Amino acid sequence: MFIQCKSALAALILVGAMPFAQAADKPTDPQIAHIAYTAGTLDIEAAKQALKKSKNKDVLAFAHDMVRDHEAVNVQALDLVKKLKVTPEDNATSQALTKAAAEERAKLAKLKGAAFDKAYVDNEVAYHKQVNGALETLLIPSASNTELKGLLETGLKIFEGHEQHAEHVASMLK
Amino acid sequence: MRAMVLSPHLGLSLALVVMATPVKAETIQVTIDKLVFSPASVEAKVGDTIKWVNKDAFAHTATVKNGWEVMIPPKKSASLTLKAAGTVDYFCRFHPNMTGHIAVAP
Ligand SMILES: [Cu+2]
Repeated sequence: MFIQCKSALAALILVGAMPFAQAADKPTDPQIAHIAYTAGTLDIEAAKQALKKSKNKDVLAFAHDMVRDHEAVNVQALDLVKKLKVTPEDNATSQALTKAAAEERAKLAKLKGAAFDKAYVDNEVAYHKQVNGALETLLIPSASNTELKGLLETGLKIFEGHEQHAEHVASMLK
Repeated sequence: MRAMVLSPHLGLSLALVVMATPVKAETIQVTIDKLVFSPASVEAKVGDTIKWVNKDAFAHTATVKNGWEVMIPPKKSASLTLKAAGTVDYFCRFHPNMTGHIAVAP
């Protein structure tokens, strides 16, 4: 059981790492804005699933925090794109992220109780790690507008915080 | 004049509260901007108040492990009066990568 879980997690991280690996070209600002907004929206959807399914108070509190923070980031992102007159542009990375998240949600939908809690929180750790990596190595260096870059840098700090928060919740579930 | 209507007991406890309050208690401001406490490290004394001013659109906390916690809503401020001497490390429970330090002198 343990080995099964571990290899499933490893597979998940591998699958999860793919969306950004596919983006060989440097994304444009409209694409970066779309990717950042999508990454936040997907985490909100994951949290909403947890709010419906979980009964663990630490998991529920964490999911609430994710909804609140990512909604706040996305409000700022929308305000900024409006101000900069940038229209977020759908792209292969956003689509791959969305597809991977839909698959994860379908997987989580079949789980219950402690198994769901663990899978959700483990995926939150992996997901935030993946987005952080992308922000640091691809999205922030590629952003040409300084204000967009600044918002992404704040987003990175938020995501890093969430990663640590998720790791803490994961350690409490053991 | 108003003191005349207070019971002697309440008058006494009010006097005690006044006496227990240090004369030169200060308010020390810590600003939170883009997930950073600044200054990250402050020196204070018992009776001083720390006032966290949150400029972010995100809620934060100042949390001491096994100790106190102050919730700091987005674009708001929150305060705590220091009651004990010693040094405390605090962090944000929502974003544990945010950390601060207070040295409290007696
Ligand atoms: Cu915080």
